[in-house]
Amino acid sequence: MVVHFKSRVLKKEDIIQKLPYSKPFLFVDEIIEIDEDHIKGSYTFLSDEYFYNGHFKDNPITPGVILTECMAQIGLACFGIYLLKGKWDQGEWSVAMTSNEMNFNKPVFPEEKVMVVADKVYFRFNKLKCNVSMYNTDHILVAKGIVAGIAFQK
Amino acid sequence: MNKEELLSKLKTIIAPYVQNQEALKNLTENTDFIKDLEINSANLVDVILDVEDEFDIEIDNEAMEKMLTVKASIEVIENKLAIK
Repeated sequence: MVVHFKSRVLKKEDIIQKLPYSKPFLFVDEIIEIDEDHIKGSYTFLSDEYFYNGHFKDNPITPGVILTECMAQIGLACFGIYLLKGKWDQGEWSVAMTSNEMNFNKPVFPEEKVMVVADKVYFRFNKLKCNVSMYNTDHILVAKGIVAGIAFQK
Repeated sequence: MNKEELLSKLKTIIAPYVQNQEALKNLTENTDFIKDLEINSANLVDVILDVEDEFDIEIDNEAMEKMLTVKASIEVIENKLAIK
């Protein structure tokens, strides 16, 4: 007898579909690697992201808070949805970043692609804490720090 | 371990996550972690994990949900220590 279980391992593409963000505030293009301990994902900043109009005047540079958001969307939201193993339901659940501590080493300009790597510190009681790093296409460290967030039923 | 020692250890654990230092100074059994000490709910998880390490016990979901005051936390810790 063959018993079909509902798959508990989410596919990488399915995770992005399940994210609670949309343009202009979705900062994940692709999940490259994911397992119980880490995630690696990427995003390419478009030339016309809304914040480049004001940050800075005539000198578009990606704001640090947006880089932090990108790291949190990959390292907390995508990773957390994976770790929740099918429990996540966008209609019933929500996420919140609860803390971050970040150091920025390099600027990120329009049309730059960044790679985010997050390593799990712990995932307990629906709180996920990760060490995160962001790299540019030259494999140079852009930002590094700690992010934490919580998933909860609305 | 007597209650004073336990309370003293708990106070050391929660101190880094407390936003209201005045309430920490006046800590009593009835002090509420969220309402009085202004610890956010995410940092309550850190308190729980630090409690687990300090006392070498495991806190489950049910116990975690109870641990919102000093008194309730001491009760949970004492119970977990008793069955160790």
